[in-house]
Amino acid sequence: MRSWLFTLILAVAGAALFALSRFIQNDYFFFAGYVVLQYIVLSTAWNILGGYCGYVNFGTAALFAIGAYTTVALHKLLVTSRIYPMSMPELIVIGGAVSAVVGLGIGYLTLRLRGAFFSIATLALAVVIQTIITNWDYVGGSRGAYVIRPPSAPLVGSYIQYLFLVMLVLAVISVAVARLIERSRLGYGFATIRDDEIAAEASGVPTLRLKLIATTLSGALMGMAGAPLPYYVGYLDPASGFNLAYAVNSIAMPVIGGTTTWIGPLIGAVLLGTLQQWVTVTISSAVSLLIVGLLLVGFVIVAPNGLVGLVRPLFVRGKG
Amino acid sequence: MASSIAVEGVHAAYGAVRVLEDVSLTINAGETVVLLGTNGNGKSTLIKCIMGMVRPSAGSVTVTIDGTRHDLVGRSTEEIVDLGIALVPEGRRLFPKLTVEENLLLGAFRRTARARIKQNLEFCFEAFPRLLERRHQLAGSLSGGEQQMLALGRALMLAPRILLIDEPSVGLAPILVSRTIDKIQELKTSYSLTVLMAEQNFTQAIRIADRGYVIVHGRIAFEGRSAAELNNNDLIRKFYLGL
Repeated sequence: MRSWLFTLILAVAGAALFALSRFIQNDYFFFAGYVVLQYIVLSTAWNILGGYCGYVNFGTAALFAIGAYTTVALHKLLVTSRIYPMSMPELIVIGGAVSAVVGLGIGYLTLRLRGAFFSIATLALAVVIQTIITNWDYVGGSRGAYVIRPPSAPLVGSYIQYLFLVMLVLAVISVAVARLIERSRLGYGFATIRDDEIAAEASGVPTLRLKLIATTLSGALMGMAGAPLPYYVGYLDPASGFNLAYAVNSIAMPVIGGTTTWIGPLIGAVLLGTLQQWVTVTISSAVSLLIVGLLLVGFVIVAPNGLVGLVRPLFVRGKG
Repeated sequence: MASSIAVEGVHAAYGAVRVLEDVSLTINAGETVVLLGTNGNGKSTLIKCIMGMVRPSAGSVTVTIDGTRHDLVGRSTEEIVDLGIALVPEGRRLFPKLTVEENLLLGAFRRTARARIKQNLEFCFEAFPRLLERRHQLAGSLSGGEQQMLALGRALMLAPRILLIDEPSVGLAPILVSRTIDKIQELKTSYSLTVLMAEQNFTQAIRIADRGYVIVHGRIAFEGRSAAELNNNDLIRKFYLGL
């Protein structure tokens, strides 16, 4: 399928989903749906570096929180100066840009490392960034910051529905980008890095440059996913913004879905995200994290290539 | 069609461990030069120095392609590949989860190589009919010999002027080693390549060599200026075979 056609179908599907959800009167649906959509963006973003290139990043929470804290900082700046209230799309673009720059920086510092060393370095950098934010008084430091959500939004009315729509658009964009990459020369370049970096270099693949592109793109999408967060939660502190659950979930979801295709993180995020929301309500939020752990262990043993890897042999024959 | 390599006084180290000391060698246009030596003597490191994967701490590596001299030290690997120097890495290093055809096409990742990608793919399948049969199979599922063919084919997709081959015999049955060596000779003639091959298998390697060097503990211990000199030399037996 052509990329533009795929993107069109995806956009139509997104629009249909939103149109249908308008019939739901319960606000909770939008709160829960927002989280699931946010995980679609995060796991797709993680997968660009982790799945396509094979570099397991534990720093998702940091890039996500940078997007969120960019919004907090801008919000505060604009409220105190009373010049110009920024709209959500603007905040998302700026949050994404800041995270992209940080992602590029993290990549530059860590991408000479491979395997577990790279993962540890990203985890460490996430802690460094969290420490910086915790000590930055302007955005609330460790006390956290309140962000008052506007009572209503343009076009859709209810603000939570607006946030849901925004995250839906981001999910459509990130999945479309992931698929575009997968089918392009860039995607093949990423696959060579994942399979064998030395061979990639010997074939003339500019590995460092491709890896930097991957971290930048991945970081940008994570930051964009984080930018609306302060308006969603209303109160943001470092412990929640940098919550390890973001990092763990955005690894678990692609692994459960399948890391080599765009659909893997999508399936994983929808399944695991929905399950977590359901368990959080019916049992407790602590149990929902336990489930992630158990599923992750189960999948690594039973289906190391995720659900996609489990189903694919039924469709593709003669390929190995 | 003149493509030659000159390595002069190269020193290289991994951290504090010195691997190459004052290595100089030349590969003239159209020659097949073998680099002989047992494990851990620096053959692969020397090849990595030429490819820009290891940066020499001293010395120079230059190539001359069509009368233009290029200094390779300090250049990135992809730039070196762009000049028309292809590497068949040790242990073949295929992309196991991609198909045979995808592996070959990725060999032409560089823009300069993509211009003639279709034609080069046909040449590859002509040279290795086995790969054509298996073009949609995953590279990881090929036999060792087929994988070596694919690794050679992938390097040829660049339409290189100079081919560096690192230990083509690793992990292959003796009959396949001898076939691989024959194939390298055949490709060299039909593509008019300049070849540098690092190899442990002395008797196989010198069958196709015009000249050769024996490298021992990171130094060139012996230079054989002709195939005959390599073949009948007691020094080689002493250095290399320990007899």
